[in-house]
Amino acid sequence: MSDQLTLTPNIDGADDFYAELLAAHEGLAKDQSDALNARLVLVLANHIGNRAVLSQALEAAALKE
Amino acid sequence: MNKIFEIPLYAYERSPDQDAQTPVRRKVVIIGAGPIGLGAAIDLAQQGVEVVILDDNDKVSFGSRAVCYAKRPLEILDRLGCGQPMVDKGVEWNIGKVFFDDRQVYDFNLLPEDGHQRPAFINLQQYYFEEYMVNRVRELQAAGAPIEIRGRNKVEAIGTHDDHVTLEVDTPEGAYTLEAEWLIACDGANSPARRMLGLDFVGRVFEDNFLIADVIMEAEFPTERWFWFDPPFNKGQSALLHKQPDNVWRIDLQLGWDIDKEREKRPENVIPRLKQMLGDDVEFELEWVSIYTFQCRRMEQFRHGRVLFAGDAAHQVSPFGARGANSGLQDTDNLCWKLKLVMDGKAPESLLDSYDMERIHGADENILNSSRSTDFITPKSDMSRILRDAVLDLSEHYSFARPLVNSGRLSVPCTYDGSPLNSADALLDGPARTRPGSPCPDAPLGDDFLLPKLGDKFILLTIDADAPDSFEEDGVEVTRLALSVKDDASLELKRRYLGENDSAVYLIRPDQHVAARRASFDEAQFRTALRRATGKE
Ligand SMILES: Cc1cc2nc3c(=O)[nH]c(=O)nc-3n(C[C@H](O)[C@H](O)[C@H](O)COP(=O)(O)OP(=O)(O)OC[C@H]3O[C@@H](n4cnc5c(N)ncnc54)[C@H](O)[C@@H]3O)c2cc1C
Repeated sequence: MSDQLTLTPNIDGADDFYAELLAAHEGLAKDQSDALNARLVLVLANHIGNRAVLSQALEAAALKE
Repeated sequence: MNKIFEIPLYAYERSPDQDAQTPVRRKVVIIGAGPIGLGAAIDLAQQGVEVVILDDNDKVSFGSRAVCYAKRPLEILDRLGCGQPMVDKGVEWNIGKVFFDDRQVYDFNLLPEDGHQRPAFINLQQYYFEEYMVNRVRELQAAGAPIEIRGRNKVEAIGTHDDHVTLEVDTPEGAYTLEAEWLIACDGANSPARRMLGLDFVGRVFEDNFLIADVIMEAEFPTERWFWFDPPFNKGQSALLHKQPDNVWRIDLQLGWDIDKEREKRPENVIPRLKQMLGDDVEFELEWVSIYTFQCRRMEQFRHGRVLFAGDAAHQVSPFGARGANSGLQDTDNLCWKLKLVMDGKAPESLLDSYDMERIHGADENILNSSRSTDFITPKSDMSRILRDAVLDLSEHYSFARPLVNSGRLSVPCTYDGSPLNSADALLDGPARTRPGSPCPDAPLGDDFLLPKLGDKFILLTIDADAPDSFEEDGVEVTRLALSVKDDASLELKRRYLGENDSAVYLIRPDQHVAARRASFDEAQFRTALRRATGKE
């Protein structure tokens, strides 16, 4: 696996994915949504596994220059 | 019957030093007869060094405090002659269960590695631990070793000089002055010695309180470690249940920050809390209750000239992970052989600076681990609680999340990577766990084990390699321990010390840490390694 975080388009059917993400939160109260997001982050992070990529992802998401 | 912690084990007795015209100068004085002060004293006395322990009390630890002892400290205690009673009395455990809210989310088995004489962990009341050490002191005294415990001798002032230390000591019969060539301060987390020398103790206080109770009960609970996050009987907080010998159970209940400690400690408030946890029908008796706020702090330096700090006086951790007494014993394990060489003029005083360096490395590792556990157990922000709960919810369904659950990372010894006493690793592709700086892992040798054959002095361990039976370099002697992979049919010795190599030679320090290794004996290289390991290179 590459040690480099992908920040270019990489999801087939981006609109479908985004709709699925919103649907997952539909009808949830704020605390339930927060919990879902937290679980999702952890599931995805484990799938990526690569520590270097995870650090780059944290940095990228922080949007700090 | 009185509890062992209510009986004076080293009652005050007048010492001739109190009647001396001019202050008597002792070789080594230790402040504090806690586990670490006793450990240091036994280690030095076994090597023939005169040592006097001063303690302002005359009993072992009041109540249990530490309960969990890891393999490495048990190995150190073996070297000090008190490992066996600990293991005989202690409770071994391997299974842990994690609960979240009203359900068990998973269980685990520590699955300790085979081929070690000592178990991964035992649980034992701290008062027994200290009692066994005091017994060992008595045994050494009976054998004529120069070791003394002076109960109700309270150190009130310390004066430091280039080549000695002066102590003002208060006793029930008045004060006296005592001098020491070397002083080891093992006077606990609130160390008066630290304060007397005006030294800082910097770190984090966790804004939380924990009720720690030892209860005596005939209960059906198995010998397992049970940890609850956010249980119904302690909403929003955590709880721990752990077994000790004699039907004593350790219970930790997190209480939060804004509480009235005195009120919470009263039996009429403690008992209902425990009933909620244990069930109404369980009969129990309170042995000891206390409330703690946990901290992770350390001194900037452990050595201050002729004063050396060890144990809680030098560093303090929250108890998740059982790293307090466990790491304190690693301090004295590291210190005592160095001090002995320096006192005998066989190593420069600067060797003691490596104590500072190596044990600060250890303390930082322990503080890091304990802080992370505490942060998981007591989330400090909304988001850290959300993430923590997400980990716990996932852990019930998916194994991937279980390594993220942190209710304490149990104490393991640190490897002194980068220590100036290490020689560069010269065993090509040797096992990483025995690289220079590592604590030697135990290995089976037929009916016997490796570690009891190491320690107290420098050892040249040869495995299927030739070497002289001993050699001396600048006053320091090394004795060979000749082994073969054939000595261990399980091949653990090979796996742990050779890897793919056919032979290996290890230089092992008196504290059972590796100083150097290569595939075969090379006299010049090992002489240099020995000089380096004693602070002469
Ligand atoms: C609730 C709790 C649970 C714990 N659980 C564990 C665990 O499971 N495993 C583990 O390894 N550790 C654990 N610990 C930590 C462990 O108890 C300490 O690390 C250990 O007691 C430190 O030993 P010490 O000898 O450095 O200090 P102490 O045990 O504090 O001893 C210091 C001694 O110095 C003496 N003294 C103080 N001032 C003076 C003076 N002026 N003159 C003379 N004498 C003086 C005191 O009387 C005392 O005897 C726990 C601690 C707590 C509070």
